[in-house]
Parts: sequence; structure tokens; C-alpha cells
Amino acid sequence: MNREIAVVAFAQTDHRRTSEELSEVEMLMPVLHEVLAQTGLKTADIGFTCSGSSDYLAGRAFSFTLALDGVGAWPPISESHVEMDGAWALYEAWTKLLTGDADTALVYSYGKSSPGPLRDVLTRQLDPYYVAPLWPDSVALAALQAQALIDAGDTDEPALAAVAARSRTDASANSHAQLRGSVPHGGYVVRPLRTGDCPPIGDGAAAVILAAGERARELCDRPAWIRGIDHRIEAHSLGVRDLTDSPSARLAAERAGAFERPVDTAELHAAFTSQEIVLRKALKLDDGVRVNPSGGALAANPVMAAGLIRIGEAAARVHRGESDRALAHATSGPCLQQNLVAVLEGDPR
Amino acid sequence: MPEVLKAPLVVEFPFTRSVGPVQSAFLTGLRERVVLGVRTSDGRTLVPPVEYDPVTAEELRDLVEVAPTGTVTTWAWNHAPRRDQPLDTPFAWALVRLDGADTALLHALDAPGPDAVHTGMRVRVRWAGERTGAITDIACFEPYDDSPKDSGPDDGSSAEPAHHTGRFEDPITGIVAAARLDYTYSPGRAQTAYINALAERRNVGERCPSCRKVYVPPRGACPTCGVATLEQVEVGPSGTVTTFCIVNIKAKNLDIEVPYVYAHIALDGADLALHARIGGIPYDQVRMGLRVEPVWTQGSRFPDHYRPTGEPDADYDTYRELL
Ligand SMILES: [Zn+2]
Repeated sequence: MNREIAVVAFAQTDHRRTSEELSEVEMLMPVLHEVLAQTGLKTADIGFTCSGSSDYLAGRAFSFTLALDGVGAWPPISESHVEMDGAWALYEAWTKLLTGDADTALVYSYGKSSPGPLRDVLTRQLDPYYVAPLWPDSVALAALQAQALIDAGDTDEPALAAVAARSRTDASANSHAQLRGSVPHGGYVVRPLRTGDCPPIGDGAAAVILAAGERARELCDRPAWIRGIDHRIEAHSLGVRDLTDSPSARLAAERAGAFERPVDTAELHAAFTSQEIVLRKALKLDDGVRVNPSGGALAANPVMAAGLIRIGEAAARVHRGESDRALAHATSGPCLQQNLVAVLEGDPR
Repeated sequence: MPEVLKAPLVVEFPFTRSVGPVQSAFLTGLRERVVLGVRTSDGRTLVPPVEYDPVTAEELRDLVEVAPTGTVTTWAWNHAPRRDQPLDTPFAWALVRLDGADTALLHALDAPGPDAVHTGMRVRVRWAGERTGAITDIACFEPYDDSPKDSGPDDGSSAEPAHHTGRFEDPITGIVAAARLDYTYSPGRAQTAYINALAERRNVGERCPSCRKVYVPPRGACPTCGVATLEQVEVGPSGTVTTFCIVNIKAKNLDIEVPYVYAHIALDGADLALHARIGGIPYDQVRMGLRVEPVWTQGSRFPDHYRPTGEPDADYDTYRELL
């Protein structure tokens, strides 16, 4: 691959428990306008558009087609959609730019969790024969992983609480976050996970613009170059996997080049405190790495957008000169089943 | 801003799924109180069994029978069971490695409280009274006190699972995975305004500030320009049929005689056609350009159908852009 591709703009909504006064497109549109305004691009200038969302959140089929109204899909645009977190839409857009078919791409994703029972909704992504009929909710599955970590001596409840406290304290500086500052650690939701160990449930959207080569330098003072990006998947069945480890995250990071040189920042899509423990180990992040300065998914976890936001937050730190080499991670599926890792760098200063 | 509308929205789907040879044997086995696993070429036994090796993707067909007893490998205490979960009293979720298996099965563990559960504890299957060939034929696991009877390893995992043909009388070939999710649907600002106006027997669209087109029903954004449409515009009540189809299949729970006509109708003043049923005219006399008006039934929040106004047909050029 000899084409350099960078994140040149990032925008996100304020993430809130509910945005019921807005349809999905109404929630999304300001973010699309903001990310275009950052670059001075108009919709017609964008070479490729890719989005991520899930119909199960809203309970309506093909809901992403209505969200397209916020982009302005006439005259016809080159467009694609993944029924996944927007981080995977970004991967598709990155591939499209690599081929040379486009020089710029708009990537967006959104999720409104407020209409439905999110913990139950997420059970529908599980193995339909052996697992989904039992309706194990998302917190329950994360709790199984947390207990496995505790049994293995990798963490304990006070250490998990410290992850939660650090994340929400860092989120104080993030005006978009849903949970900020001091948040009570609360009682058990599914033991050993307490409310504080779990992400807030909320609605939100995010968008980024990618650009290739010189186009990126024209659009952004300090582009966040994607040095590598890779995603890997593990066995669907939880009982086959070692829940205390994330070999797929490690492999994705290796293929993305994350281990070639140290990173200074890591934005991890760790929705539960226990998942940060797993990812720190798998991604070989030591205490010198600034982890989730945005507050991470524990501060705002709009399903389908939270992974794209990790890439956006990491890129924005590069844009601002606060990071020279950042790792961004996104996940999907129960207990970190699927993992995507991107490495972002700014030009040397 | 008036309060947005909200309504319950229930999504229910009985998903009918066929099963392959391995899943069929496993699920039929559960019906017969037999737990089957599958052997990989490196000698591991996977329970629940799968048809392809999760590591090598090699096809797996070598079925073995494992014990209905096992060991908890991790667990989580669920003090507030949710609808459709295996037990309605507090229970532990557990991954259980059955004796003879190398992998763990997820299920519920019935125990008096979290203090009665620990990783490494011994459990056994509690069978459901009525079994149909589904994972729920295991009602749950329950604590099982099997003080060691011999000198073997106490975790039981070294027990050699016995070969099994996987053949049963009347094997199951599929499952019905029923699901129900309850939502509270809100249509958002623009469509709330539209629906509220309809209740007053008015049609309200929104105009795009950029291209000046009027959309009805409004969705809050201009799909051409990608900007918010905020200026409300009253359109109709009459309109023109731009295109139509003749419906010959009776919809479930719909009390309308077939055949009937469903049409795109461009309301006067609107730049987008909405769709509605045409009544008050034989189905085979509906035509492009027909002028129609809404018919409201008593107490209804929306027009029941549209009927001819009796005006002359609209000239093609007046609606050609709306096709
Ligand atoms: Zn417009």
C-alpha cells in the first residue's frame, strides 16, 4: 500500500440517555454538517460515503436509508453501509481510498438505544441455537468475563472501580460525554459488575472524514495518518475462548503495526471496566500510555458509534498536537469477540 | 416545541431455523437426556458441539457422549432475572465444563445465593420436565456434591467420553427461536408535527431552505441537500394521482376488499408524493392525473383513503417532476 490516508476531521453529538425528540436523521445531521464544515468540503465533494448502524436498536427495518437524508443522497452518491459499529465502516472507506477510487470519504455512525431494552436487544446477536434462547444480557456476559479475570488474579473489584473513576474523571474535560466527574460506583448489576463498571446507555452519533495524500494536507493542518488498521475475530462460543485474554485484539494490533514503536495514547472501546484490563494486557499498554483521555466508552457508549468515536478521539488528539502516535480500538460482539485496531500518527514536529 | 409523540412498538419474530447434523444430534440428545459433544482432530471435545472447528475450520462429525455433571469455569450472579431468562428467581449465569468436555457451556445455575457459588464448584444438569429438542431442555444446572469415589483427578475432566452415533428416533431438524422486543417508538420532531396536524385534518409539510422543495410527510431533512427542513407549509387537501398499483392480495387483519388501488398522490403544494389507498371509484378506472381528496372517518387521526374530487384530470406536465 503506497497511498497515505488520514483522518482529517471528527465530530460527535452530545451523548444522552435519550434523544426521543429527534429522529435518527435529525440527531445525525448536525454532526455531518460539523465534520464537513471543519474541512470546508460539501457533500458533492465527498468521493465515498460509508455508515454503520443497527436496525435492532430502533426496532425498524432499513432505518439507515432514512439517515441517508442527512447526507444529501441526490444526485446519486457512492455509498455503502455496514450493520456494525462505524469503525468497520471506516475500515471499508479506508479500503476504498487505498484502491484509488476516491480521495475523500465521509464515515458516520449512530445509535439510538433509548427506544428499546438494550441489554435484551444485544442478546439477538448471540448464537441462535445454543445461547440466544437463554437471553443472557450484555451485562451478564461481561460479568462472566470479569469473574474469570478476578479468578485468574488479573484484577479485583477495587481495581475495576479505579478504572471507572479514572475514566469518568477524565471525561470531565469531554463536553460530549454522558457520565462525567464523580459517579457513584453503585450496587451490583450482575455480580461482580456494579453500575459503575458498566457503560451508560444512550443515544449518539459521530462522523469522520478521511482523505488521501496531499488532499489530507490541504484539508487539515496536522492529519492523523492511518499507519495501519486491522480487524480480527474469535470463536463465537464463549466457552471455547479464554475470556481473560484477547488474542484477536493482539493480532489486529500486530498487523496494524502497533507494536513496532510505542504509542503515547490509546483510545480503547472497553465498555466495561473489566474489558480495559483484558485490552491493556493484549495490546501491551504500559502505564506510560495515556488510556482513554476522552473518558472512553464508560463515559459515553452510543452503540454502533462508540468504536468510531475511539478512532475520532485518537485522531483529534493528533490534530491538536497532543499525540504523535495513537492507538484506537473498536470492538463488537460479547466479551470482546471482534476487535479492530488502528494506529494513527501525526507528521513529525 | 410541542411534546413529541410516543407509542409502544412490539417486534416479535418466530425465527424458524434448520439445524445441521451435529446440532440436530446435540439438540435431539438433550430431548433424550443425553449430552453430546464433538471431537476435534487434536483430540479435544467441544460441548456444545459445532460442525466446524473454531480454530482450523475443519469439518467435525465425531460425536461423543459426555456426562451431565461438570465444573463451573466462571460465573456471574444475576439477582434480577429478566424476561425469558431460564429462571425467574435469582440465579448465577455459569460457564460449565461438563465431565469429558474441554470447552464450556453457558447456562443458568440455580443456587440459593452468590455465597453458594464459586469457580470450580461441581454442578449437574437439571432436566426440563417437558423437552422439545432445544437448549432450554436443560432447565438449568444445580449444585452437585460428588465427593470423590475413586482416586482419579477430582475435576473429572479426564473421564474418557464414549463414542456416540448421534442417531436417535425422530431426530429434530429445526428449532423455532421466538423473540420479542418491546420498544417505545418516537418519530421525532418533524413527523410528530405531521401526525399532530393530521389529527386536525390538516396536511403539513416542510420546506427545504436550500432547494425550496416541500416534503410531505416531512422527515426533518432534505434528502437532496442534506439540511434540516424547518419551515412548515400546509399542503393539500386535494392532490393528483401520479402513479398507482392494483392490489390483489388481501393483507392479514386488513378489512379492505380486493382488488383495490394504492397510489402515489402529490398533494397540492407538495414536491414529494405520499401514498394512500384510493376509494370511491372502481379500481379499473383509477388513472394517472386523477384529482383526489382525503376521506376522514369519524374519530380517525389520519385519512382512511382518498376519493375523486370530480375535477378534470391534471395535466401531465403539472406532476411529471413528481413521478
Ligand atoms: Zn433541498
